[in-house]
Amino acid sequence: MTLTDYATACLLILGGIFFLAGTVGLLRFPDVYTRLHALTKADNVGLGFIMAGLVLQAESWLAAGKLLLIWLLVLFASASVSYLIARRALNKGIRIWM
Amino acid sequence: MDVIVVLEWAFDAVLGLGLLWLAWRTLNSPDLFKAIVLFISFGLLMALAWVRLNAPDIALAEAAIGAGLTGALLLAALARLRTTTDNTMPAQLPAGSWFQRGLLIVLLSGSAAGLGYAVWILPSHTSGLSMAVTANLDVSGARNPVTAVLLNFRGYDTMLEMIVLLLAVLGIWSLGGLPPRPERPAVAVLDTFSRFLIPVFILAAAYLLWVGADAPGGAFQAGSVLGAAGVLLLLSGWRPGVRLMQWPLRLALTIGAITFIILGVLTLLYEQQLLAYPVAQAGRMIILLESLATVSIAVTLAILFLGESPDPEEKK
Repeated sequence: MTLTDYATACLLILGGIFFLAGTVGLLRFPDVYTRLHALTKADNVGLGFIMAGLVLQAESWLAAGKLLLIWLLVLFASASVSYLIARRALNKGIRIWM
Repeated sequence: MDVIVVLEWAFDAVLGLGLLWLAWRTLNSPDLFKAIVLFISFGLLMALAWVRLNAPDIALAEAAIGAGLTGALLLAALARLRTTTDNTMPAQLPAGSWFQRGLLIVLLSGSAAGLGYAVWILPSHTSGLSMAVTANLDVSGARNPVTAVLLNFRGYDTMLEMIVLLLAVLGIWSLGGLPPRPERPAVAVLDTFSRFLIPVFILAAAYLLWVGADAPGGAFQAGSVLGAAGVLLLLSGWRPGVRLMQWPLRLALTIGAITFIILGVLTLLYEQQLLAYPVAQAGRMIILLESLATVSIAVTLAILFLGESPDPEEKK
């Protein structure tokens, strides 16, 4: 294994930890707003680490660019969708957990 | 190296068992919304299973159509079900007589045993028709074997699929469709979201269509991405105008099937075989068919999601 492989492994494991934390949060948090908070951490940071790990292994700049693009699209989509879900929940009168 | 093999086995086992479990939960869930969400997760895991089986073309189609658009269609149907009926499922389906249930058990076990036997007697290592496909790839006009099969060697399969999609729309329209809903302004974030994303969708669809000649991709994947752009537009409150719903819509819906049929007739006349393209023109013909099929698939999927008939005044 080269130094790059070790760096990839570290980044992938870090990403995995964020996904695990996000999943635990989704299952254990008390209401829809806090669950959204947990999910977006997995989506944004976890996926970011995994993409960074994979970019190190990419064969070309084009492949690395595609991975980056996927991450940006997920960031954008998850931010917007989380807003929409939270807004709908608020409009339906779901109280915020305190 | 052994560790990797064990890990792969473990991953595949978890994937397979997860699929079975999700399928059971989907069928078993009394809450329709939950069932749909489980169905979407099933589709995503199924796509992963296709990746594990080295079938990225099917994985793309499964993720885009099986999980994405079918999920959106089911959710839209559920939302309308809730407005028209009170959403109470019968808690218990009427149980059949002992004879009926026994018959059902015998039939189901019989077909399960038959399927199991069919899988069991499959040769474990077979190349199937892949040798024949590889040998003829040069004359197919495509460099991706899957595209060569779908658009050239078995072009009539794809032609019939286009007609099936058309029939689905005709079915909805024959039932009268839903009452048209007026345009309404979208939530600001959703509006910005779709304004930003729709050009990206169009670009991605064009990329998938173009790359289909060499790598996984093609008309169905591109069409479903473009169709998803249509769904997003409809969700943001956009409605096609009355004039757009007339002949431009009908043309877009049918152009894929029409081109297939015209090319089929022409090849029957000149090459004496349905959809047997002359070698020199095969590449161009595939691109033409795929581009027009993409348009038809995309419009069909978006229209299925809309669920409105273009002639509301004709209904009554």
